[in-house]
Amino acid sequence: MALSEKDVQYVAKLARLEVTDQEVGKYTQQLANILDYVEQLNKLDTTNVEPLTHPLDVKNVFRPDVVKPSLTQREVLSNGPEVQSGHFKVPKIM
Amino acid sequence: MLEKTIHEVSADLKAKKVSSAELTKAAMDYLEEVEPKVQAFITITRDEALKQAAEADKRLASGKDITPLTGVPVAIKDLLCTKGIRTTCASRMLENFKPPYNATVVERLYQAGAVSVGKTNMDEFAMGSSTETSFYKKTKNPWNLNCVPGGSSGGSAASVSADQAFASLGSDTGGSIRQPAALCGIVGLKPTYGRVSRYGLIAFASSLDQIGPFSKDVEDCAIMMNTIAGHDPNDSTSANLPVPDYVAEMKKSIRGLRIGIPKEFFPEGLNREVSVAVKDAIAKLQSLGAEIVEVSLPASPYGLAAYYVLAPCEASSNLARYDGVRYGLRETGENIVEMYSKTRAAGFGSEVKRRIMLGTYALSSGYYDAYYLKALKVRRLIKNDYDKAFEKVDVIATPTAPNPAFRFGEKTGDPLSMYLEDVFTVSINITGLPGLSIPCGMSKSELPIGLQLIGKAFDEATLLRTAYAYEQATPWHKQKPSLRED
Repeated sequence: MALSEKDVQYVAKLARLEVTDQEVGKYTQQLANILDYVEQLNKLDTTNVEPLTHPLDVKNVFRPDVVKPSLTQREVLSNGPEVQSGHFKVPKIM
Repeated sequence: MLEKTIHEVSADLKAKKVSSAELTKAAMDYLEEVEPKVQAFITITRDEALKQAAEADKRLASGKDITPLTGVPVAIKDLLCTKGIRTTCASRMLENFKPPYNATVVERLYQAGAVSVGKTNMDEFAMGSSTETSFYKKTKNPWNLNCVPGGSSGGSAASVSADQAFASLGSDTGGSIRQPAALCGIVGLKPTYGRVSRYGLIAFASSLDQIGPFSKDVEDCAIMMNTIAGHDPNDSTSANLPVPDYVAEMKKSIRGLRIGIPKEFFPEGLNREVSVAVKDAIAKLQSLGAEIVEVSLPASPYGLAAYYVLAPCEASSNLARYDGVRYGLRETGENIVEMYSKTRAAGFGSEVKRRIMLGTYALSSGYYDAYYLKALKVRRLIKNDYDKAFEKVDVIATPTAPNPAFRFGEKTGDPLSMYLEDVFTVSINITGLPGLSIPCGMSKSELPIGLQLIGKAFDEATLLRTAYAYEQATPWHKQKPSLRED
């Protein structure tokens, strides 16, 4: 599976990363090297092997639905780069 | 006084030979004196430390509720949230981030009366094996200032090695506690996944990340574990299991203990000094009464390839939260997507971008089965190997890192060569098992070498017991770095 510069541009767009042409060239080479290394996984036969997503055998963990103290609105907004009238402010979406 | 261990200095504090205020002032003065050489800290919190020391002195005077950490200066990796104290993750993205709450492990240290001297340097978002990807500075190895301290928890390791702190907290996603502990000549433990709460740890790869201690000796490691281990309702992946008294468990005999040696961890071409030191350590354990058993972990050599699919996939998802809206850097853009893309381009360094793109690619439509699903199946095979090996043995012993500390810039040009630093450590994160690194030798150029001990799930006690027996019989933990250049 050869990786092209077009793939890297597409992935950067999906990941919301602005990249320069120079970076695209560099990342294409480096990611291709890493993917080549990863190819060795195909040497292992994994037919009928269940994927393991998590080291612990935990399922959903529930707690009683009881209201407890939480952070104040002021604390939650305190790190916001742009805040107005108790809201996070963002540039236009549409 | 600063070269002492926690158990030694804690006795001095209790006996009123020294106050926490005096100890903390001396520690801060020395920390600041050697910091231009070591560069272990992103943020030094002198004022807060002196306040905590005054509180600790009240507690020591009252004689009530004193723990082995009361009044003792420690350091905290800069990806653990500290209320009101900036927590950068060594990234430009979080340069001004001041968390509104403490991580559970930080809260537990504070409740035990520990004094925090500051936040330590690391690879950006914990992605790296040399601490060179930090946006802020390059931490030096105290044994040779021309060499890296390892990573990602390089600042936490160097600060303890250089006596800037008595112990520290780090995190380990693929080896980030054990490898720097080995390269800096100290003890580092990655507990079992779920043993220590991850609440307030800035996430890299959530199914692999685990917080653990760095310390000068095994007893201090046990003391730190007694403080931070245990169930936390705020982390739904934290295990609700009893926690033993690690200090008491550690002192039991290792006679009859079965130690497995996996041949896959001693490949041809392994650094000779590392190979000799680790084999000597195994012989020493045998002479102390342990039984040495050969085991095989045939899928483990594929651990690194599986890791470099799984960790970037999880990272690409976790790091989507840095969008310039709720915290962190914000660049301006005409519309929201442009704002996201410019913010993330300016806030992340190149290693972080590389891993986000790798993960995004591996999870993208058409590639998911070939990469992510395949890696999860290999993860199962690796875990099966360990389960089988642990039917025959109690502990597995291997090298921690494939070589002693390397030089700055030696591996930064080729990401894959840096990733190979984690070859002996990653499979322990993939399986969630506990792993400990303990000093076991010194190279000809006077750089430390580490022995990795791997345990059964939630059996940190046996690891500490094995390490303690080894430490009692060897001189390595008594050696101190000289903060020299070569």
